[in-house]
Amino acid sequence: MTMQGIATLFRWQKAPRWGVALLLVGALGLAACTPRTVSTPMVADAAQGDLVAPMPGPDAAPSPDPRVGLGAGLFDAEEAIWNLEKLSSTPPADDFVGVTSSDLAFKDNYAIQGNYNGVMVWDISNPNEPELVTEYLCPASQSDVSIYENLLFVSGEGLGGRLDCGTTGVRDRVSDQRLRGIRIFDVTNIREPEYVGNVQTCRGSHTHSVLKHPDDDENVYVYISGSAPVRPAEELPGCSGASPDEDPNTALFRIEVIKVPLDNPDMASIVSSPRIFEDLVAPPEHGPAPADIRALEQARAEGRFIVEFGGQERVLPDQFAMQMLRGMVQQRGGSGEPTAADSTALREALPGIIAQRFGSGDDEGDGPEPGPTQCHDITLYPEIGLAGGACEGYGLLLDIRDPANPYRLDAVADSNFSYWHSATFDNEGTKVLFTDEWGGGGQPKCREDDPMEWGANAIFTIENGKMVFQSYYKMPAPQTSQENCVAHNGSLIPVPDRDIMVQAWYQGGISIFDWTDPRNPIEIAFHDRGPVDAEQMGSGGSWSVYWYNGLIVSSEISRGLDIFALTPSDYLTENEIAAANTVQLDYLNAQGQPQFVWPASFALARAYADQLDRTDGLAATQIAGVRAALDAAERASGGTRRTALRTLAGELDEAASGARDSAKVRKLAQAVRDLAG
Amino acid sequence: MSFPATRGLALLLVVLLSLTACSGPRATTTAEPAVTEEDTAAREALYWQRQEEARSQFTPAHVHFMTGMIGHHAQALVMSRLAPTNGASPAVQRLAARIINAQKDEIATMQKWLRDREQPVPEVHIDGLKLTIHGAGEHGMHHMNMPGMLSQAQLEELAAAQDGDFDRLFLTYMIQHHQGAITMVDALFDTDGAGMDEAAFRLASDINVDQITEINRMQQMLDALPTAAQDR
Repeated sequence: MTMQGIATLFRWQKAPRWGVALLLVGALGLAACTPRTVSTPMVADAAQGDLVAPMPGPDAAPSPDPRVGLGAGLFDAEEAIWNLEKLSSTPPADDFVGVTSSDLAFKDNYAIQGNYNGVMVWDISNPNEPELVTEYLCPASQSDVSIYENLLFVSGEGLGGRLDCGTTGVRDRVSDQRLRGIRIFDVTNIREPEYVGNVQTCRGSHTHSVLKHPDDDENVYVYISGSAPVRPAEELPGCSGASPDEDPNTALFRIEVIKVPLDNPDMASIVSSPRIFEDLVAPPEHGPAPADIRALEQARAEGRFIVEFGGQERVLPDQFAMQMLRGMVQQRGGSGEPTAADSTALREALPGIIAQRFGSGDDEGDGPEPGPTQCHDITLYPEIGLAGGACEGYGLLLDIRDPANPYRLDAVADSNFSYWHSATFDNEGTKVLFTDEWGGGGQPKCREDDPMEWGANAIFTIENGKMVFQSYYKMPAPQTSQENCVAHNGSLIPVPDRDIMVQAWYQGGISIFDWTDPRNPIEIAFHDRGPVDAEQMGSGGSWSVYWYNGLIVSSEISRGLDIFALTPSDYLTENEIAAANTVQLDYLNAQGQPQFVWPASFALARAYADQLDRTDGLAATQIAGVRAALDAAERASGGTRRTALRTLAGELDEAASGARDSAKVRKLAQAVRDLAG
Repeated sequence: MSFPATRGLALLLVVLLSLTACSGPRATTTAEPAVTEEDTAAREALYWQRQEEARSQFTPAHVHFMTGMIGHHAQALVMSRLAPTNGASPAVQRLAARIINAQKDEIATMQKWLRDREQPVPEVHIDGLKLTIHGAGEHGMHHMNMPGMLSQAQLEELAAAQDGDFDRLFLTYMIQHHQGAITMVDALFDTDGAGMDEAAFRLASDINVDQITEINRMQQMLDALPTAAQDR
């Protein structure tokens, strides 16, 4: 086959761009650099006219996984990185070394990093060399941080936090020196935080969420989540850890909402304690494990009896099935072994029998199950009026349009989930991802034989206010027993029209994955270090990692602050990265989800073109035309540019209906029109 | 405490040489150009010193809790190991498998906690229904007296149960067992100095929420058991 023939073939093959990319790689002599070493023989085969070799899909992750077998070390561990560039790793200040660093918040060009010894503020204007501008010593665990305008909020839960920020801890069981709740700082000058007040709560604050309601510019609300035991009433009057039937004012089974007047933050106080768990009886189990589904399918194939009970299909145990079959024989006045007809009759009668014996399940009448006693995290997405509550054995969907009175829309439980930890919505609010911090974060839950459904993420679509399970995602590289590893905190990366998330997995490192298709999440980038210590579990790993204005910033429990940038790959083009980086946030809190809005830019239009290319959403020749037109328009200016863009937008409108991905072509057309102004 | 050896200039060179434009996966050892090796060594020494200091704040109540909880968790292993052989339903088998995974890890964490503080470390030996705890000094003698622990007769009753009966008994007894663990956490936090050891605070808090969550889940499973209702 001639070269021209190959080129023609590539143009009309299903996935032409791989071939072109491979030819380019070969031509530029960069073959030694590409992770996909299989590509070279592929090109050779193609040149010999043999095109039967499978095209390498974009799912060709590095193999063997370089995260397996990394050498241990505290500040000198081996590292593996894929589709990311590490810009800097900066160790903590001496006062914070050897003490757990926790969550992050961002404002302007600052990253605020909590630590069990206080708070560090980094100026990340130069991400290659972040500068530590504030070291505020004020111990408390977990010191999770949030910021709104000039106010910094810090969580205190541990028993050693002191009102005076002292470092000696609190020894007494009951003490008036103890702080468990929220500390509030004025950070008008972020280099000199001023401690302006506290709000004490019964269970302390493990984490918290700051809610800025779009219609209220005078207050912010802080939702408190506490997971430690309730403090004694002698220490904080009114606190009770009794069950609700013993004490209706128990601190269990509720969250606390603090209202903070922005002009008088020292007047912050608890305004409500919504019992969002009330009457939360067992919802049907979602997301049965593959093993469950297989067992049920096998039972069905074997002709065993399946009953629906408690909202779930279950296999009727054989001894009961036999009993009931004998009943059928008796009923028809027969004798001997049940026949096939008895079996059919039983199958038909079963739903009625179950309903008669066990009732509909709603009227059992022992009063409501107590349900969870608290939430771990509540992710607030005020622009869509929703919050995702990760609350012990449940994931909750909450309506937060009235900030002081959130109420529950839906709840899910999952037999594979141990402890619901946190939630992340997609930008549109049509999907939500929950994490399971199985083992509390201190345990090694990513070993070879730990199930992929345990300690993972569960992805749900939101349909008419209800959550529908789609799939699990777990960082795929097996880790050692010396590495605590489980799903932890992360955020969306604002790649337009895709759901891409960066997430911390403690000593399992950082995993970036695409969950645009909620049934098939796929990893697209990672960073990982070897264990802190080869012999035993040391304290370390990524506590949390967030995208903030073009940077991927990770709070490393022991190693300090890591900053990364995305690098282009098969999974994410340079234009998609550039389009993401046009989104600029003034601030970001871990449990507050901002709505991303993309300003008009050539990067945005090119990102859509790249996406159409990736999925064959538009004919390759048309994509080439779009790219050429965008390049020409960018070179032009003023009226010429405007006209060129409007023309292109019009052409795209026309092309949309005939394209495989009409919706995205229309988005591209709109992006081009916006660019014309 | 052994400090990982500081690596030499050779590695620094490897790092510099590997900073090419390749976008493919790579494993490198990173050192910070702005930070000298002496700084890093001093910081590492400080890290291990702080880890050591954090281990000097514990009280006898902590030791009592860790030692007791190892025995307590060990009995949960004995119970859970029966699930595959006694005809437990898939849901109960999965629950049991997770209890084994979780509590084995926590036993290892508690053993490390004691070892790090130079306290006697209980070793767990399980032979069928027979649970033996060695090396825990006088604590080992009392491991059967912890809140929520099953008597040997209850264990044998559980071991004899099959299928639906096993599910019901397992859930009933594991709820009782977990409630005992929560009582132990409450007792720990009711003592002076309980919060002075951060690692113990965290572990006890994790056990507290995990087991409360699991009790809730087991209660739901128990309520949903068809066999339980059928026998009424």
